[in-house]
Amino acid sequence: MGSGYEASVGMEVHVELATKTKMFCRCPTGFGGEPNTRVCPVCLGHPGTLPVPNREAVEMVVKTALALNCQVPTDSVFHRKNYFYPDLPKGYQVSQYGETNPIGYHGWLEIRPKGREPKRVKIRRVHLEEDTGKLIHTAEGGSGVDYNRAGVPLMEIVTDFPPDITDPEEAKEYLVQLRLLLLYLGVTDGKMEEGSLRCEPNISVRPLGAATYGTKTELKNLNSFKSVQLGIEYEVGRQIQALERGEAVLQETRGWNESTLISYPMRTKETESDYRYFACPDLAPMRFTAETVERVREDLPESPRARFDRYRRDLGLSDYDAGVLTSEIEWAEFFESALGQGVDPKLLCNWLTGDTARMLNESGLAIRDSQLTPSHLADLVRMIESGEINSKVAKEVLEEAFKSGAMPSETVRSQGLAQISDDGFIVEEVARVIAENPGPSEQFRSGKEQVIGFLVGQVMKATQGRANPAKVQEEMRRQLG
Amino acid sequence: MTGWTARETAAALRRREVSAVEVAEFFLDRIQRLDLQIGAFLAVSREWALQQAELAQKTIDDGSAGPLSGIPVALKDNLTTREIPTTCGSRILEGHRPVYDAHVVERLAQAGAVILGKTNLDEFAMGGSTESSAYGVTRNPWDTDRSPGGSSGGSAAAVAAGFCPVALGSDTGGSVRQPAALCGVVGFKPTYGRVSRRGLVAFASSLDQVGMFGRTVEDAAFLAEAVSGHDPGDSTSIPFEPVSLEPVPLKGVRLGFPKQLRDSAIDPDVARVVDAALASLRKEGASVVEIDLPSIELGVSTYYVIAPAEASSNLARYDGIRFGPRVDGDGHVGTVASTRGKLFGHEVKMRMILGTYVLSAGYYDAYYHRALQVRGMMAAEFEKVFQEVDWVVSPTSPRTAFRLGEFADDPLALKAMDLCTVPANLGGFPSLSLPCGASDGLPVGLLLTGPAMSDGRLLGTAHSIESALGPFPAPDLG
Ligand SMILES: [Zn+2]
Repeated sequence: MGSGYEASVGMEVHVELATKTKMFCRCPTGFGGEPNTRVCPVCLGHPGTLPVPNREAVEMVVKTALALNCQVPTDSVFHRKNYFYPDLPKGYQVSQYGETNPIGYHGWLEIRPKGREPKRVKIRRVHLEEDTGKLIHTAEGGSGVDYNRAGVPLMEIVTDFPPDITDPEEAKEYLVQLRLLLLYLGVTDGKMEEGSLRCEPNISVRPLGAATYGTKTELKNLNSFKSVQLGIEYEVGRQIQALERGEAVLQETRGWNESTLISYPMRTKETESDYRYFACPDLAPMRFTAETVERVREDLPESPRARFDRYRRDLGLSDYDAGVLTSEIEWAEFFESALGQGVDPKLLCNWLTGDTARMLNESGLAIRDSQLTPSHLADLVRMIESGEINSKVAKEVLEEAFKSGAMPSETVRSQGLAQISDDGFIVEEVARVIAENPGPSEQFRSGKEQVIGFLVGQVMKATQGRANPAKVQEEMRRQLG
Repeated sequence: MTGWTARETAAALRRREVSAVEVAEFFLDRIQRLDLQIGAFLAVSREWALQQAELAQKTIDDGSAGPLSGIPVALKDNLTTREIPTTCGSRILEGHRPVYDAHVVERLAQAGAVILGKTNLDEFAMGGSTESSAYGVTRNPWDTDRSPGGSSGGSAAAVAAGFCPVALGSDTGGSVRQPAALCGVVGFKPTYGRVSRRGLVAFASSLDQVGMFGRTVEDAAFLAEAVSGHDPGDSTSIPFEPVSLEPVPLKGVRLGFPKQLRDSAIDPDVARVVDAALASLRKEGASVVEIDLPSIELGVSTYYVIAPAEASSNLARYDGIRFGPRVDGDGHVGTVASTRGKLFGHEVKMRMILGTYVLSAGYYDAYYHRALQVRGMMAAEFEKVFQEVDWVVSPTSPRTAFRLGEFADDPLALKAMDLCTVPANLGGFPSLSLPCGASDGLPVGLLLTGPAMSDGRLLGTAHSIESALGPFPAPDLG
């Protein structure tokens, strides 16, 4: 950031909820598809239609509000936000207005940007509304509207003012942590590229120590974490340059161009829009009793932060491992599920973050797209723990599981890969190796301790690695001693 | 057959004295012959009506008939029907064929009713004379130079003219009860939420309620029972059993007359007729006391803030993009502006502008918020009064039927006539108008309003009053 200035970034995040049906009708939700194939009279705003709220969506917002440490009011009302736009079927959007009316208000989220102190970002509101349709422009130059998205439940999460976020890195970290939390809660698929998670930061800069905040610009079209960070960085720089040149920053909405990495003006906000909010007379107020709220709170899944702490404290994992296993939802879920099958956490962690990660990396597959399931890993680790297979065999059967989806214990059984712990067999093999290698055997007897490795290796080689190395060594020492 | 009530017609159908098709044909022919002079209907679907009648007859024959099987019904044209366009009396919905039936239409079909057609109304039910319809006026069967009232003037006139025994309308500020009074029939507005609004094209959602017309209280109750009850598709629908008439003897019934309506703009002749009716109810053992409802005088102004506010939002969807006709203009804004500018009528535009104004930043608190406060206050006053009396009574309309065009230059005077009816909408109370006499040959209505959910007893009391006052005649149309 330019020296002598500081930035303020307010974050407005829209989240499409992962419900099966829309907010006020029973049309399915989804992404893509032929335009206007997931519509009905209700979400098209036909005359005489009425909304029936989606309970699942309401519960998801209550969950999110509580996970973000928000207050939940006893009564929460839906309002109508009135404006004309072709993608808005009814001429109003059902939303929520007011300071203490939204399902969640006055909360916070803790962020830990790399190498900095943790920081609480205050949340002003978490509210529920309906999404709009989408304008489409045809190749022939015509335009139309696709209402498939119209009426999809949308949660809006807005940070407090004055903003706690003061630079692009924090903004990105806020979004990363928020998305991860939402994924843990299971309330969205969080796909930024499909618009399930849309972030519209508002940015202003002011000379260090200035009492008032500068003019804000709002940034749109940020479709990835990287865009969020780069877009805000660019915008902060642009505003500082304008101020340095003695120019005014205009209050406007700007778009982010991902290929040129430049923001461009979309529209100027000369006047505040008057949305004529009023309570929607078609919908009864939502009531949240203290018991309901407590029940939801008790049922909240573990947060990423709490899980990180538990992995370090209770499972004895390193900061690095705990971080890897909690910061991506697929890994977190995979690890938890395998752990739930009662295997050693450290061994599991090693096999998951080691060989499994390497294979996925090499193949370019995401873990959910591979043939590996938590049961494969649990099965593998269980055999390693019991000494049924050694790590060399383990690697092989893991590769096999990765390639064919075969269960590791099944591979071990069908290919006869189990370790040989049969005493009689090992006694015979050790005796044979001693007889065939008189030189090394003599060296060991005369005190050259390290030769034992070579002798044990001969037994392992002869058994194709299946002999239990610990037992072989024990027997070797006995016979040479 | 015009003299038959819906109940009598149902009985005759069960006794096979007449067939459902004969009944339907009788009324369809009567409409064809006489509606030119009344203009009650915007659309009559002879073919569909006869299909429904044949189906009804089959159910009568095989013993699976519903309560309304073979009974002809007319619907105000703001209730959606797949079979007949639903225009709301507006050019902006000219030829609009809904893709779904209103909840009450589904219920009528289940009950076996035969829908004859759609009746005229003030555009989007905004008005009290049916003159703001884009499709012509409806005339009062008692005097065709006069208005049937409104906004459900078409349904009221249809029942009064003997075009059908019963009809549905909608009541936002008196739109069922006032035309019922002016046409000499019974009009009933149930408790808000007892009839689903799904498929009732919204005017002011917190006030709108589907209402019933009949020549008798029993018929209005008959129809109410068939269409009321819980609908999960309407979030404001009350999870409760359908409305059904509960007999209430007049002896001991306490009627309260608001003293604020004594020295107000009630026409002296109307007041005389109502007083005479109340006097005869006293003879039957009812008591009539004067009650104090100070906020009643604020009712009309409160209503004319809340209703337009909701309307301005409810009617924003008519932009010519997804349904209905479109008038092309420059870009999206231009097209919306020309569609709405050219296809909405004057009264509707006036109310949307008013509604937009009272919701605007800087005016919201002074108008809309204030109106909500008065609304709450008024409901509380009524609830208190209902601890002292069973029903609040008054004339339904301060005047009898007025001449067509009489209020063309004085729209506010027409609105002031909602004085007696709007409180029931603002409070969500059930309310009913029944004929109680005539002045200069024009019917006068008596209005009864009761506490929320008292619908069954309200109908029962009105039935007893009707018996005490004697039958009310029908106009002679030839
Ligand atoms: Zn839908």
